[in-house]
Amino acid sequence: MTNTALETPSVTPGQMQVSDEVAISIENMNKWFGSFHVLRDIDLTVYRGERIVIAGPSGSGKSTLIRCINALEEHQKGRIEVDGTVLSSDIKNIDAIRSEVGMVFQHFNLFPHLTILENCTLAPIWVRKTPKREAEETAMHFLEKVKIPEQADKYPGQLSGGQQQRVAIARSLCMKPRIMLFDEPTSALDPEMIKEVLDTMVELAEEGMTMLCVTHEMGFARQVANRVIFMDQGQIVEQNEPEEFFNNPQNERTKLFLSQILGH
Amino acid sequence: MADMHAHSVRFVRETMLPQAEPPTTERGIVKWMRENLFSTIPNGILTLAALWCIWWLISSVLPWFANGIWDAPSIRACREILEGQVGGCFAVLTERWNQLLFGFQYPSELYWRPSLAFLLLFIAIAPVLFRKRFPAQMLVFTAIYPFLAYWLTWGGSILVPVFAALGFVAGYMVYSRLVAQSFAMGFFGGILAALVFWWVIGIVPTEGIIALEPVASRNLGGFMLNLILGTVCVSLSIPFGIALALGRQSDMPAIKWICIIFIEFVRGVPLITLLFVANVVLAYFLPPGTNFDLILRVIIMITMFASAYIAEVIRGGLAALPKGQYEAGDSLGLDYAQSMRLIILPQALKISIPGIVNVAVGLFKDTTLVSIISMFDLVGMIRGPILASTEWNGVYWELLGFAALLFFVVCFGISKYSQWLEQELSTDRR
Repeated sequence: MTNTALETPSVTPGQMQVSDEVAISIENMNKWFGSFHVLRDIDLTVYRGERIVIAGPSGSGKSTLIRCINALEEHQKGRIEVDGTVLSSDIKNIDAIRSEVGMVFQHFNLFPHLTILENCTLAPIWVRKTPKREAEETAMHFLEKVKIPEQADKYPGQLSGGQQQRVAIARSLCMKPRIMLFDEPTSALDPEMIKEVLDTMVELAEEGMTMLCVTHEMGFARQVANRVIFMDQGQIVEQNEPEEFFNNPQNERTKLFLSQILGH
Repeated sequence: MADMHAHSVRFVRETMLPQAEPPTTERGIVKWMRENLFSTIPNGILTLAALWCIWWLISSVLPWFANGIWDAPSIRACREILEGQVGGCFAVLTERWNQLLFGFQYPSELYWRPSLAFLLLFIAIAPVLFRKRFPAQMLVFTAIYPFLAYWLTWGGSILVPVFAALGFVAGYMVYSRLVAQSFAMGFFGGILAALVFWWVIGIVPTEGIIALEPVASRNLGGFMLNLILGTVCVSLSIPFGIALALGRQSDMPAIKWICIIFIEFVRGVPLITLLFVANVVLAYFLPPGTNFDLILRVIIMITMFASAYIAEVIRGGLAALPKGQYEAGDSLGLDYAQSMRLIILPQALKISIPGIVNVAVGLFKDTTLVSIISMFDLVGMIRGPILASTEWNGVYWELLGFAALLFFVVCFGISKYSQWLEQELSTDRR
């Protein structure tokens, strides 16, 4: 498990290491919803330890892109390789990739009939066949990491939105994933709660997790991303390091988008 | 006022007033009645009318109960004792008690067997209904119970239910071996293994080995028959209903269409026609000489009928779950069976409880329909042997009221249990 990185002391963003090892490689990927061409010729290579923020107007296909990576959406053309495994329609292959790739959703998607602790131990126990005690210890470790160990015996419905999202992050981490996908993790939260979730994500980034985040939080992008990708109409329009991306956008569509979200 | 100066504001209290009772119109029952029963003139009139109705009901029914005759050999004897007074002839209940409960052909010296099975039923279902209150080990007894109850009720050699149980065990063992490769292989392999086991073991003579006196299916009757049909069909139709509901959502077109056709066909047909099919028509399709037990045929038909309804109820529950729940399960790497069992079904079934209970209560009452295909269940007993007898011809109120009471007790119990269960499972309280 490479997530021993999580136990290492935090480092400043400048020191964060990006290795040459490829975590995800997407080649010439296309996807259609019916006759709607939602993703067009996507080429993207993500190196281990990279923190990528994907931005773009709604309907630009950014969520669909990261949902293709763990096969929540099926792509029709092209090749996706995650952690050395090529995504095929074989269900075993898909389940193997999913257990290595954590995902955090906009609407948390916690299991409301299970306690916080049970939410976190479910997949380790059933997918990884971890003994219950060990799974619970791991779960408590990550709940402490997201700063809500005291809520372990409550049900998701009893927690605030920000707390729920932090539980969702802990739940993903309990599977000790090598890659984390974030699908607009703060879009459904009150402004006050956005910060607590972002803090958790920043901490995770500092520990060297490979992260792909679809988000509109440009402050977060500046702080932790080492690459920002801008998408429009199902295509990657521009990608660059955050400083360059925000200060010196090249594409007209990017300029318009940035002027709209940063201009107020 | 007179001793006070007009402009003086000086006042000193010399004696403190004790606390006084409020006026009678603002106190206790009077106040309550004024507020709830006689707040306006129309409400007052309605209250009086309601009181009159209640009085009329009680005054006419109470003597009927109070004068009721509990000990008489026939309705004529009842009438003689009453001498024209109003009164129920409950003697029919005491005199025909065993017939009402067990039917008129079950050997009376064997009544203890179904009675014991009935008592054991409570032990068997307790750990299922109240999972947190009873140890999980009791579920072992629950698994044994169906075979034990069969043996107690129908009698015969103990080897028959033991072999039946072993067939299930064999099927399960093959299933658990093969399921790692694929669910379908495990499923069909398990069924095949069980069938082969039963076919092979069928050669073994079972006659007389640890045998209870056998009782034929046609000799079962009374409320016992309703209870057997009700419990067996409810407990079978829930798993079948779940399977049908999941099948209807399946991505595999063959399974999906089989489930849709089954559900739509069975739901579109009256239960009574299915029962007639079970009774009469099936005999034409079976090879001559096969003796396919009538109760088994009826159980199959009622189970089919109820599982189609339960499938639709559960489909509603499945549809009510947000898509995110499926995606969260998928994204954690749970396979289909795991995410259904651990995430989707617990939530979908919880939503479906009121609907499932609705079907279960309806099904239990519908077991009385078997009286139409000349089986002597509780209603069949009343309409047939009891009312047709010369002694008790004409005792409608007492008998049918008793039947209604028995069904009410069971159905009300089911309904109360479901309300409790919904409370127990709710996790959104703060």
